[in-house]
Amino acid sequence: MRVNVTVNGEQRQADDVWEGESLLFVLRERLGLPGSKNACEQGECGSCTVYLDNVPVCACLVAAGQVQDREVRTVEGLADGDRLDPVQEAFVEAGAVQCGFCTPGLVVQAHDLLDRVPNPSDPEIREALAGNLCRCTGYEKILDAVRLAASRR
Amino acid sequence: MDFLRPETLAEALELKAQRPDAVPIAGGTDVMVELNYDHRRPSALLDLTRIPELQQWSDGLRVGAGVPYVRIIEELGAELPGLAMAARTVGSPQIRNRGTVGGNLGAASPAGDTHPVLLASDAVIEVASVRGTRMIPAAEFYLGVKRNALEQDELIVAVHLTPAKGPQQFSKVGTRNAMVIAVCSFGISLFPQENRVGAAVGSAAPTPRRASEAEQFLASAVDFGNPRPLLDSVKREFGELVSRAASPIDDVRGSAAYRKHALAVMARRTLGWAWQELMDGERACA
Repeated sequence: MRVNVTVNGEQRQADDVWEGESLLFVLRERLGLPGSKNACEQGECGSCTVYLDNVPVCACLVAAGQVQDREVRTVEGLADGDRLDPVQEAFVEAGAVQCGFCTPGLVVQAHDLLDRVPNPSDPEIREALAGNLCRCTGYEKILDAVRLAASRR
Repeated sequence: MDFLRPETLAEALELKAQRPDAVPIAGGTDVMVELNYDHRRPSALLDLTRIPELQQWSDGLRVGAGVPYVRIIEELGAELPGLAMAARTVGSPQIRNRGTVGGNLGAASPAGDTHPVLLASDAVIEVASVRGTRMIPAAEFYLGVKRNALEQDELIVAVHLTPAKGPQQFSKVGTRNAMVIAVCSFGISLFPQENRVGAAVGSAAPTPRRASEAEQFLASAVDFGNPRPLLDSVKREFGELVSRAASPIDDVRGSAAYRKHALAVMARRTLGWAWQELMDGERACA
């Protein structure tokens, strides 16, 4: 089937999409947007987190056909040209990135948190990021990054 | 595989009648996992996310099957504190943004988080087909492990619940706060004006299940009109009866013996919290 969807503000079209395919597969394999990572494919790890109509979701759990005529924003759509989003900058500066696999999902999820809660408490940060797994950092630097990004907004 | 995309409920029911093998999909938090892992290859997916009727609720309270958990938590916590508490324990923020009570009912897993609350709160499930509408009490909805009372041509349309008439509580045991399937769970609803209590266990029997003996015992042992601090013996007996209502198995998440023990503890504690709220004249707000 054909899927028409707005991705990062641009009207995109994917052809020959299998009806059981996930949004994540469409983004990575058909639209050339490999920022969202493919790890657990069961909503457990959060590394494929994207905005769907401004709400963060696991792209692996959205059926491709469900995004027809909807709006998707991926990690690739956060930066303003060459200028990183403050959340991305904070991740770099705080040392919150090690292998980097979980980073895109965490960045999108943290981005949403700070949009909704500009000055989150530590429990609020932990709760917001509870569905994003990182096996490198031990999370401390990630929490630092979110606090740093919040302080700059 | 076909991807069916109805815009109205009438259209969806028509499609489901023509294609009873079509698998309904809303938040996708169960269905997509099965597809991604090749555990299921349905001949068609029936996307329910474009049907406005399913995304709404009305006073009273009729909650559309497609209302995501996050909206129940944020917008219905005052009316449905027990359901909001259970919804808070589902998955992660991303999962709660997509997952729905309708999906929980459709999957009918014995471990589904909202089931004990729906049972304890006398929820009625509204299901529909081109043949008409059926109202199924939650207690008659769960038929077996991942089996519910739905006919092949029916869709879950809404859940009918009364705004809480008294304190409600929910408790769930898992290895961490997020992303866990319940080892076991428990929901309690007090109906002080009716001298009645609802209590139900989850993930501790082939289906979610009401703890009827525990309900009756408590109703006869306490005075709702003049609530006094509960005797420890009453709390303990209530916990024992809840535990006895369960018939759990040993599995990867926990042993039957542990589940039995944990249920007694959860029942005792949630009763204590709910009763305290009643005495304080407060209502829990999730």
